[in-house]
Formats: sequence, structure tokens, C-alpha cells
Amino acid sequence: MFKPTFARSLVLALSLAAAAVTAQAEPEQYFPLQSYRVGPYAAGGTGFFGGFIDYMQYVNANGGVNGVKLTWSECETEYVVEKGVECYERLKKGLNGAPAAATNPLSVGIAYATLDRSTADKLPLITINHGRTDSTDGSVFPYAFPLQLNPYSEVSAIVNYIGKQAGGLDKLKGQKIVTLYHGSPYGKETIPVLDLLAKKYGFTVEHVEVPHPGNEQQSQWLNIRRAKPDWVILRGWGVMNPVALKTAQKVGFPANRIIGNIWSNSEDDAAPAGAAAKGFISITTHPSGTEFPVLKGIKKQVVDAGKGNLADPKRFGSVYYNLGVVNGILNIEALRIAQDKFGKKPLSGEQVRWGFENLKLDDARLKSLGALGLVQPLKLSCADHEGGGAVRFQQWDGQKWSVISDWVQADRALLRPIIEESARKYAKEKGITPRDCGKEG
Amino acid sequence: MEFFFEVLIGGLLAGVMYSLVAIGFVLIYKASGVFNFAQGSMVLFAALTFVSLHERGMPFWLAFAVTLAAMVAIALLVERLVLRPLVNRSPITLFMATLGLSYMIEGAAQALWGAQVHGLELGISDEPLALGGVLLSQFDLFAAGTAAVLVTALSLLFSKTRIGLSLRAVADDPLAALAVGIRLQRIWAVVWAVAGFVGLVAGLLWGARLGVQFSLSLVVLKALPVLIIGGFSSIGGAIVGGLIIGASEKLAEIYLGPVIGGGLENWFPYVLALLFLLVRPAGLFGERAIERV
Amino acid sequence: MLYNEAGQFSISYAGERRLFRLRQDRRALALLLAFAFVIVPFVGNDYWFSAILIPFLVLSLAGLGLNLLTGYAGQLSLGSAAFMAVGAFAAYNFGLRLPGLPLLACLFLGGVTAALVAVVFGLPSLRIKGFYLIVSTLAAQFFVSWALTKFGWFSNDNASGVISAPPLTIFGVDFSAPVGRYLLTLSVVAALFWLGKNLVRSELGRNWMAVRDMDTAAAVIGIPLLKTKLLAFALSGFFLGIAGSLWAFTYLGTVEPHGFDLNRSFQVLFIIILSGLGSILGNFLGAAFMVLFPLLLSNLAGALPVGLIDPGQLENLQKFIFGALIIAFLIKEPEGLARLWQRFRERVRLWPLRY
Repeated sequence: MFKPTFARSLVLALSLAAAAVTAQAEPEQYFPLQSYRVGPYAAGGTGFFGGFIDYMQYVNANGGVNGVKLTWSECETEYVVEKGVECYERLKKGLNGAPAAATNPLSVGIAYATLDRSTADKLPLITINHGRTDSTDGSVFPYAFPLQLNPYSEVSAIVNYIGKQAGGLDKLKGQKIVTLYHGSPYGKETIPVLDLLAKKYGFTVEHVEVPHPGNEQQSQWLNIRRAKPDWVILRGWGVMNPVALKTAQKVGFPANRIIGNIWSNSEDDAAPAGAAAKGFISITTHPSGTEFPVLKGIKKQVVDAGKGNLADPKRFGSVYYNLGVVNGILNIEALRIAQDKFGKKPLSGEQVRWGFENLKLDDARLKSLGALGLVQPLKLSCADHEGGGAVRFQQWDGQKWSVISDWVQADRALLRPIIEESARKYAKEKGITPRDCGKEG
Repeated sequence: MEFFFEVLIGGLLAGVMYSLVAIGFVLIYKASGVFNFAQGSMVLFAALTFVSLHERGMPFWLAFAVTLAAMVAIALLVERLVLRPLVNRSPITLFMATLGLSYMIEGAAQALWGAQVHGLELGISDEPLALGGVLLSQFDLFAAGTAAVLVTALSLLFSKTRIGLSLRAVADDPLAALAVGIRLQRIWAVVWAVAGFVGLVAGLLWGARLGVQFSLSLVVLKALPVLIIGGFSSIGGAIVGGLIIGASEKLAEIYLGPVIGGGLENWFPYVLALLFLLVRPAGLFGERAIERV
Repeated sequence: MLYNEAGQFSISYAGERRLFRLRQDRRALALLLAFAFVIVPFVGNDYWFSAILIPFLVLSLAGLGLNLLTGYAGQLSLGSAAFMAVGAFAAYNFGLRLPGLPLLACLFLGGVTAALVAVVFGLPSLRIKGFYLIVSTLAAQFFVSWALTKFGWFSNDNASGVISAPPLTIFGVDFSAPVGRYLLTLSVVAALFWLGKNLVRSELGRNWMAVRDMDTAAAVIGIPLLKTKLLAFALSGFFLGIAGSLWAFTYLGTVEPHGFDLNRSFQVLFIIILSGLGSILGNFLGAAFMVLFPLLLSNLAGALPVGLIDPGQLENLQKFIFGALIIAFLIKEPEGLARLWQRFRERVRLWPLRY
């Protein structure tokens, strides 16, 4: 009954490597965690950082990364920008001599506030599925990585999906889409892209704003009902999501014509709306569920060993938890790739950055990681810090999410010029000279 | 035209929800002259406590009773530890103290029950009702009914019971009330307890509408303009003010929004209240005029 | 005998009007400034500059701005953050639209813009008083953040709606390193505090206090209410506006409208409650408390033996403790930390004698 799983082969390889390593002090690689476990957004924080930490424990339980053990410490931000900055400054120097690899604040505000600092301190800033869209352009933002999916790709993928439902993108002509967006920069970000896509495919789009925090949406939904759109794209945040679903029910708009974006896609967004959420569709880069081999491994070696980070074990395999696991996989893979170049030792932020820029995950590698279908194939480069740009669609059945589509790709070639222009503008504002990505090795 | 009525009725019903929160303010303001900014966090605390108990398997009415007991306990503590030492201080000081109080209550709620979002089902379906081509929300109608019952009960309390009479006496002239032997401190405790009860009812309705989570305490910001328009010391005024604010903000969002940009419901009630203040500084039903120079 | 006051007399009117009439105070201040400007840059590290000293200075300035309005002129405001936001966004846009405008001029113009906006929202204060005024200032709070988010022009059509600091150079010297940002903030804040201290000792400052204590009486003795109140709003807005641009430029390096939300207004209000309404020096004490207290709790959470108390719980209690402190101060020491400091000084001046 000996199955050569990835973990086992890793152990084997590592035990061979470990024999070669002289018994020095354990070399360690440090991950500073600007986590939030209290405050209004605690649900996302506990899930995400729980998954991230559990994955790191899982890697450690299997000998670390080429013998380098991972270590981390947490600093509570409560999702507040100043606290996040303070945590960044406190942790960036590493821990007991273990150098910091990258920061993962999972907060747009904190990411913006530490963007310049990250560049100055040469420490990669990972904003998985969020962050500045234009930081996709690595020539201007060498240290920021909006991995997997930036806001522009999100909408583009949703439009592609709607086209598929209509029987082809050419059928979009004459359709009507409403976006209901959170009244904040995050919510507004995709307006120009949607307008562009609407022009290209000939559908009409209407933008409806919901003021923060979004617990009152009566007039917005009446507007939507009057517009009679084919689809509503929900760019929500926090409490706005369940309220949107509830209000939709109130005005009689069917939930299965509402598509939630990446921050409207967790159990915490749908469940509080109760019955009103049944049939609600959303996009995800990381399906929920516990069936992936990597999650089974974590369950066996971390959770069942009593070391799991989640306070509520029922949330194992939830959307936010799996996002944390995915984030862990991407960080550790970047580290591994950087080690191949710079040596099997703890690395500096600058070296880890090289790993991120050369991150490449294909199906074969994902399979050996036990994350096929959990993570999309990615390939990053100096010019492209996003890499994937694909999402899967999931539907809420009243209790849980189930995936209803394969990976749907965004039209990234169409979006690229807008991103570059925005990045150029930023470079001009800040007096940055962009790198020449042709020269990067 | 149908659409206009739909917006209007939806707005009026939303306004009733604002009034529910505003009534709690009015009670406390009437009896003690305190503008209680902590009313919002009381709503949150009540809803969160109720939901957490209910989720742990307590039957509905028991959870309701326990939460009510907690609200009364808070009222007694507030009276003893905050109001009594601050008696005879300026209204601004008292207002700031209630700000501190709202932080305390929110912190306590979070420490006790954590920060996740809870769904709350009161068993009222929210399928829209169609009345002559106009869609109505069942839930909002239920909330309006609840508000009506509450207002009736409160006005009975004020006009028919001994404690209500002493409340009115205190509101009218605290010194004279003291002189005839009314115990001010007891009155305050009662009023805060009643406000806690109103907060609980508002919390349940709001919580069922939005899910119980931290932005519930922000309903206080919607109640403020309602009070300005209705006057700080009239329960009827709170209802009327709520209706005016609810209807006008919804109509503004629909008909002004396209002109100057949507999403204006956060500030529109304030600007409206401001215009109101400039014309009628005491609100529609306010008793005390603001002194002028 | 630190304070030997014997033989220090004012022998001219100018001497009588000095900010610090005691030689010891002047020396202490000179030492403090020398320490802040000369010693600290050499001994401080990045963490201290970026995470503690700069926010402390900026919040002190914001506290001063609100204290002029609320503490001295008696007008309650919950819109401080809005004026900070106006200052930050205005300074950013001046720098962007008028290339070549020096950084300090941008800060100044940002402050002026915030002052104008504050005057607009201060106008109702002529008709309404007391806490009814919070309606006007809350209107400012919500309207400003809505407008800044709604109209892309304010953030140079940045897709994410954030503004980021312009290059921090003054006369060709680059101030973008943490030490540079600290020195820049310190210089601006020190200059404005000197201005603020003199403002409240001027006729205008005395008029403010008269209006605060009893405006009817103030009007009767001939103090122009309109001018006095609006100047309070304007100057408060000016100080807050500059604090806002420092917040965006030297502290965070970037800011979105949401960073100046109602919570920030409350934070500034709490600073002045803790520091004492109607005090200048107190703002430093209140801001220091505001910055250091959460850090203390957060580090305490890490230092406690595991299992004694959940660190998350301790953070949770932070809000609770803050609220309790506000109430405790209002009850026990309405004049705030400044009063404690004053008492201490009075004791020191008499030491070693008892009275």
C-alpha cells in the first residue's frame, strides 16, 4: 500500500538531502503575517491566515523547503491601515535571524500603504486576487504581485462566462448587464473596463453605486428591477453582499442571475442571506471543498494532529481557508524556485522576488502538489505579475458552494494596454524609471 | 408613475426602520437631556446577544428574555457608573461620554460573541407582494406594524402609568420633579432600560434585514437626521422624521442620482436635516427652541 | 531646586508677553527641540520613525486643529477627518496640476483649501449651536468622502482611487527616507505648534474662549460672533488640512478617501478629550497615548505567557478600554492629561517645599 504521493517523495528526497546538510542551527525562512482575527472583517482573516499557516505547518511537517523550515509570527491589524503599517515595520526585519520572504496583508488599504515601503525595503508584497490593477505591470511595480487575478481580469472573465451562457460572445449584443458596486475605489475600479467590453461586444451596461457599508439597498434594487437586466454583477464587500441578496429577493430579482465577484464569494457572504441566497453564482479562484489531495494531507498531518489553526474546525475547506492554502502554495513555490537559483538556504526578499517573477505552475506540477483544480496554472514574468487571470464559477445551494464551471479565462490581451497606461501614469507621478523587462534574466 | 409609488412606499417603509432606532434616542433625550450616541451600539449588542444565544439552541422567547435582562443590566450600570457622576455637566460632555460608551458596548459585544456575521430568520418570508402593480415587501410591512405597536405601547406608558407620568414630569422640569419627590435616578434607569428594549426590537428587525454584524451600530448615523427633522423630544416626531428621511433619500437616489452621481444616501439626509435646522431649529415637533444670539 | 525663579523679573512689556517667561522653561524647550532635531535622527531606527514618531506628530497636529475649534471656540465637530482628506487631496492636486510648485507650498495651499471647505460647513454654526452642530460637521464628513470617491479627477483618475505622495524634495534635498520624513514632519509640526500657541494668546484666541464660555455675553461686549466662529473653523480646517497631507505624504505615502472616515474623526476627538479641551501642549500627550497605547496592548499580547489570555481577546478589549478611559477622563479629569502635567509642574516649581 505504498503510494508515491508528493509528500512521501518529498520526504524521501529531503531525508537524502538532510544527510548532506551538516548539523548547524536550523536554517529558517520567515513569513511576517499581518493578520486580522478581530474586528469587522475577522471572518476573512481567520479563514485566510488559518489556511496559510496550516499549509506552512504541512510543509514543515514534510521537512520544509529543501530542508529550510518555515517560521512565522502574527501581528494583529484589525484591517486598519495604520496598524498594518506598524506591523509591517515591526516584522519586516525578520525573526531571530530568519529573513522575511514576503508580506501578505490581504487588505487593499494596507497593501497601498506598504507599496512604496516594499519597494524600498526590497520585500515582495503579495496581494492575491486584489490590489492595484496596474501593479500587474512589473516593470513599474517590481515588488508588487497581484497574483492570479486582478480586478480587470475578474470582470472580463465574468463577461466571457455570460457570453458562454448566451451561446457565444457574439450573442451578447443587445444584452443588458448591471453592476452593483461598493461605493469605494475598490468598487469603482472596473467601471472603465466594463464600458470597454460593452463597446466591444455591443451589450449595454449600467453602473449602480451602493454607499458604504451597504446595509440599505432598496432604491438601487428598484432601479435594477426597472432596468430589467439579464445579469447583475455584484462587486460587494462585507455586509453589502447578504443585503444585496436579501433586497434582490425583496424586489423579486432571481438570485441565479446575480454573479458575485471575488470578494462576494465566501460562505460568509451568502449564508447570512438565508434562503434569499439560493442559486446565487459567484466567481472563485479557489473552489471550496476538502477533496483536493493537498487538503487531505493538511487534514491528516496538521488538523488531526491537533495543530490546526482554525478555531472552528467546521470551516476547514471553506472559501477563505482554501484561499489561504492557495496563497501558501504560491508563496512556497516561489521560494522553492528562488532556492533553485540562489541555493538551498534562507533567502532575502530580493531573491524571493526573483522566484515570484519566475513562478511557473503547470498541470503536472499542480498534480504533484495535490492542488489540481484548486489552483489555476500560472506563469509570471517581469512584465506580468498576475499570471493566471482565470476563474471558476460556483453556485450556492443554500448550504455550500459547488463549482459549476471549469476555468474561464479573461481576455488579458485586451486589458494589457489599459494596465500599462495606468502604470506609466503612476511612474510619471512618482518619478519612477520603469525597468526594461527585456533585460531581466 | 407606478415606479414612483414603489420607490416612495419603499422609502417610507425604510424610514420606519430608521424611526425604530430614533425612538430609543427620543426616550433618553426626553428624560435626561442626554443625546445618546450609544443607541446604535445598544442595537448591535442586543441583536448579537440574541442571535448568539438563539444559535446555541435557546428557544426564541427565552433568548429574548435573557437579552432583555442583559439590556436592563446595562441600563442600570450606565446610570450608576456614567450618568450619576456626570450629572449637571454640559450636553457636549454627556454626548462625548456616550461616544465612549458606544466604544465600550461594541468592544464588549465583540469580546463576548466574536465578529462573524450571523443570519437571523424571524420566520417572515420576504417574497414581494404585488398590490395593483406596485411591489411591496412583506417584511417591511411587518416592521412597520411592529413600529406602530411599539409607539402605541410607549404612548400608553407615558399617558396612563404612574412611571410614565413621572417621566413626563422629569422631561418637563427636572427640578420641579425632584421637588415633588420623583426619584430622578430611578427614572433614568427605567428610561435606559426601555431604550434597551426598543434597541432590542430594532436590532432584531434590522438584524433580520441585514444579518447581524458590526455595521448594525451605524444605524445610529441614519437616526440622527431623523431626530433633527422630527425634533429630539417627540416620539411622533421620530416617526414622521423617519418617513420624511426615508422617502426623500430614496427618491433622491433614484431621481437626483443620475444627475449628480449615485450613492448619495450617506450624506443626503444630513444635508436635508441641515436645511431643516436653518429654517426650523427645533424640528417639526421639538419642544425646546434652540437659544439664539 | 530645579526651578529657582528668584531674580527673574519682566523688565519690559515684551518680556511680559513672552511665550515662556521662565529661563528654565526656555532651556528645557531648547533642549527638547535639540533632542528631537539632532539626537533622535541618529539614534532612532526605521520602525520608530515610520510606525511611532511620524504618526504621533501628525496626530498631535490634528489634535491641535480640532482643539482650536472645539477646545477654544467651543464648536463641537465630528468632521475632522473630512478636513484632513480635503487637505491631503488638495495638496496632491496642487502638486500634480502645477508642476514645479514646491512641496511646502502644496502643503500650505492644501491647508488653505481645507480652511475654505471648513468655513462652508461652519456657516450653519451661526444659526445652530451645541451638539446640533454635529449634523453640519457630519454632513461634511460624508459629503467629502463621497465627492472624493465619486469624481475621479481628485485622484487623477487613478483606477483604484488612491493618491500617492509626490517626490518629497525641498530645495533639491530628498526627504523620502524615514529619517527625512521624520524631520520634515517635525519641522512642519513644530512651526505650526508655535503658530497655534501664539494664536490662542492673541485677541482672536481670547475671543474664541469668550464665545465658548458664553456667546451671548461675548456678543454683548462687542465680539463679532460671525467672524470669530468662522475664523475658528477656518484655522482649524487649515491645521487639520496640513495634518491630512502629512498623513498621506510623510506617514503612509498613499491614502484613499476611506482612510479619512468617521473613525478617524472620532480618533481625533478622543485625542483632544484625553489631552484636555483648550490646551496646546496636551495634544502631544493625547496623541502619544493614542499611538502608544494600542502598541503596548499588542506587544503585551505577544509577551504574556501562552494560554493566560487569548491575544485576539486582548485586542478586542482595546475598544472597550478606550471607551472606558474616555468616560473615566470625562468624570475624573475633564481637563485631561494636560491638567496632570500642569499639576506636576506646579509641584516641581515649589519643590522641595510643600507649598
